[in-house]
Amino acid sequence: MKKTRVVGRPYAKVDAAAKVTGQTRFADDVVLPRMLHCKLLRSRLAHARIVRIDASKARALPGVAAVATGAELPIPFGILPVSQDEHVLAVDRVRFVGDPVAAVAAVDEDTAAEALAAIDVEYEPLPPVGTMEEGLAPAEPPIHDSGDAGNIHKLVAMEFGDTAEGFARADRVYEDLFFYEGSTHLPLEQHAAVADFGPDGKLTVWSSTQTPHYVHRALAKVLEMAPPKIRVIATPNGGGFGGKSDPFAHEIVVAHLSRATGRPVKICLTREEVFYCHRGRHPTLMKVRTGVKRDGAVTAMHFQTLLDGGGYGSYGVASTYYTGALQTVTYKIPAYRFDGARVFTNKPPCGPKRGHGTPQPRFALEAQLDKIACDLSLDPAEMRKAQLQPADSLTANFLRIGSMGLGACIDKVVAASGWKKRRGRLPGGRGLGLACSSYLCGAGLPIYWNAMPQSGVQLKLDRGGGVTVFCGSTDIGQGSDTILAAIVAEVLGIDPFDIRVVTGDTDLTPVDLGSYSSRVTLMTGNAAIQAAERAREMLVAAAAAKLGIPEERVGLAAGRVFDVAEPGKGMAFPEAVVLAESRFGTLGTVGSYAPPPSAGRYRGAGVGPSPAYSYSAAVVEVEVDPDTGIFTVPKVWIAHDVGKCINPVLVMGQVEGSVYMGLGEAMMEEMAYRTDANRNVVHKFPSLLEYKSPTTKEMPEVETFLVEDPDRNGPFGAKEVGQGPLLPIPPAVANAVYDAVGVRIDEIPVTPEKIHRALQAKAKAPDRPARYGPAKFPAVPYPEPIHVPTPAEGGDGRAADAALTGAGGVR
Amino acid sequence: MTRRMKKSEAPYGKRLVRMVVNGRPVEAAFEPHKTLLEVLREDLALTGTKHGCELGECGTCAVLVDGRPVLSCLALGLECDGRRVETVEGMAGGSGLHPLQKAFAELGAAQCGYCTPGFLLTARALLEERPRPSRDEIREALAGNLCRCTGYVKIFEAVELAAAWMRGEDAAPRRESIYGMDFDESGLLPLHPSPPGGGRGRGEGGA
Repeated sequence: MKKTRVVGRPYAKVDAAAKVTGQTRFADDVVLPRMLHCKLLRSRLAHARIVRIDASKARALPGVAAVATGAELPIPFGILPVSQDEHVLAVDRVRFVGDPVAAVAAVDEDTAAEALAAIDVEYEPLPPVGTMEEGLAPAEPPIHDSGDAGNIHKLVAMEFGDTAEGFARADRVYEDLFFYEGSTHLPLEQHAAVADFGPDGKLTVWSSTQTPHYVHRALAKVLEMAPPKIRVIATPNGGGFGGKSDPFAHEIVVAHLSRATGRPVKICLTREEVFYCHRGRHPTLMKVRTGVKRDGAVTAMHFQTLLDGGGYGSYGVASTYYTGALQTVTYKIPAYRFDGARVFTNKPPCGPKRGHGTPQPRFALEAQLDKIACDLSLDPAEMRKAQLQPADSLTANFLRIGSMGLGACIDKVVAASGWKKRRGRLPGGRGLGLACSSYLCGAGLPIYWNAMPQSGVQLKLDRGGGVTVFCGSTDIGQGSDTILAAIVAEVLGIDPFDIRVVTGDTDLTPVDLGSYSSRVTLMTGNAAIQAAERAREMLVAAAAAKLGIPEERVGLAAGRVFDVAEPGKGMAFPEAVVLAESRFGTLGTVGSYAPPPSAGRYRGAGVGPSPAYSYSAAVVEVEVDPDTGIFTVPKVWIAHDVGKCINPVLVMGQVEGSVYMGLGEAMMEEMAYRTDANRNVVHKFPSLLEYKSPTTKEMPEVETFLVEDPDRNGPFGAKEVGQGPLLPIPPAVANAVYDAVGVRIDEIPVTPEKIHRALQAKAKAPDRPARYGPAKFPAVPYPEPIHVPTPAEGGDGRAADAALTGAGGVR
Repeated sequence: MTRRMKKSEAPYGKRLVRMVVNGRPVEAAFEPHKTLLEVLREDLALTGTKHGCELGECGTCAVLVDGRPVLSCLALGLECDGRRVETVEGMAGGSGLHPLQKAFAELGAAQCGYCTPGFLLTARALLEERPRPSRDEIREALAGNLCRCTGYVKIFEAVELAAAWMRGEDAAPRRESIYGMDFDESGLLPLHPSPPGGGRGRGEGGA
């Protein structure tokens, strides 16, 4: 890889000074003259028909400017084109406790809240569906009419290669059940939005969203407005983690109320409401059947998943595919079958949380591999290393692997943790567990089908030497603005802090699809390189003419444009800009990025392909009290193959933050529900106090290794780091508990109660494998799978049965 | 959802309160039920103080009242009459950023930056009491502040770095904090081409 000057340096973030002085303007900090405040009336029933809404009393209250109900906004929306199943305000049905029913705009929040209490809603209760098992049963009426069968939202089945043959030649076949509980993103910033419908008929919406482009589309659709009349500004997000990547009812309702009143309208959700917005991790039940040879080589795998989707579609169709997509990118799996199902239930909708649909199967896969290794008396680290999917290869399900640094990652954590000497030998309830993972660097296909770039960058150079980068990406704290500045600074040889970065504004910036699927560094980075290279060409041409040297001798670095053969000879950067503008006219360039086409051409092949895959390996140490099951995590070793660090200190932050969030899921976080006296499915504890997340006291010491295995598709070789390092943590915790006390916890979170129960079972029947986890997998009506011959079988990426072949993605 | 007394039932009108905010005396008139958080954000336009729950659960809204960390969502504005309130807006002085702010910036301890003001003020109270806190004392002092981005690691390191600076030590971030373990830096060229070209780029290390 080419050596760099700016890229690779641990600069502070370009917005760090604003963040540490409290000057970053988040959505709730936006205050406009004449601004009204909005509050939402939310359903207190989990499932009901709306018989009647009477808002006349609320409308009559002093200080109330407008009250909106569902009839005013009949057009449905949703993030996926295939799941347009949400209404801004319930039209005739509520589907979970927290579903928005009516909205008030008033002079202040207190008045708006008072008005909510004056809205009279008559409901006809319907039987709520509380669990995914209930969701499999026939239902009348179903929660939605759009599912594949009753309350089953989506059914998927595909087979790559001949799994029957693979199982037949296996020395052993293992079958295990796992469950991964739902959890939520819990960004510290509650969602907020401000809408201003101006007298010119144009609408501006400021929102804490990760996906301003999709919010733009949803606003245009529901409000029936021409897209050019709408401007969405994504304010810096106070944390996202996937929880702000759907278009939300509250964003649309404030726009509607602003249009109705002619005044700006703001909403800031309460913490309780943020729990209702959710779109977090799907609770997932899994059955994994894996055939192996005695050396641990996998001969076939059959992976079945059942996802609890909650009340709406959200990203759920994609989530369902994701529970089966990435099993193949870490270890060689010659034949692979996947059956997936998502059911609707009357709970807050699930969607994408950091790792989107892949932490659940990754937990199951890595926990099962640990069992297999122990059963075959193999070192779990060595067994994995012997089976690595090679770099520059195609998996059985036609995912194209580029760089693959997992072997190096395993070596780092094995050496640093003292794995070889310490595993199985630690005294007193202590143990080590290892797990690995991989994640996408951006989804290969956009959410709605189109042939346009997924990321665009514009660059403006002004005659004072100023450089401004415009890009639709949204900084959610991951540092995407800083990455843009570093990349442009590298190409143009200037200081990243001298660059102005304008992002996430649909009026000013070219489209970037948003901060999700770990796509931003790779896609905006490549677009930024292209835009900057084009600007560089003009600067070089102008400077070469002035210096009287050939263009290839012009260098740009440290704020100068100079003769590389004689660096003293040259000019300051602004002077080169003036020369270039004199020669070429006003200076502006563009760059864009679209991922390479995916190799798979079967129905469902749209989920899983990515320009590159990151890899992680982790060793977790636990200390378990065998009497109570209470355990702590004193230390985590993690290595992450990021391709190339654009900024190592930011990469470190993403790795540590991922470890933290993975530990939260592994140890304590649960979106848990209770059923109240009216059979309503109610969130048990929608508060930051009772929804347990790790504090400073639970966070262990983390030893991090950044592995750089550059990928040809990454900017300067860079791959993702925002999500991948979360994935190995939950299985590594479960595997460490087994090493510590000899019981298998086949469920996330791993809690003291579960360990205690498993230990009790072990004491009663010492010769049986002690575990805590799901006992059965319900009968799911998975369809007959499509059959796709693998690359090794000479497959071309299409399904064998032409009648079942779709032309690409999940639409 | 709001469980407040109805506005029409409020027994009092606005009250005038005087306090010293970030070293400057201020007057504000507000309804007596308003929290210090609301007074700061809405009446004094000091939006640097953030909120994560408004129930005293997350530490995001922490400010200093008479030098002690207080959750501004749980304190009434009225209670602060005659008191000294410090918010993030008052941390940077004439000589620039407070050492804690500088350390948080350099180490990436502020990712999304939303919990940052609460952490900064809580850490400041700690360092004023204990100039050389142990890692465990830092954990204890910050245990009431939630951060979802960083995993707290960079925050611990930033507090330690700032403490060293405040003690007058010539400290720098640990190499492992920035690059991790065993990092190979051979892919980096010097910032300035050699021989030096006379540009105005920054130093070779952190910003």
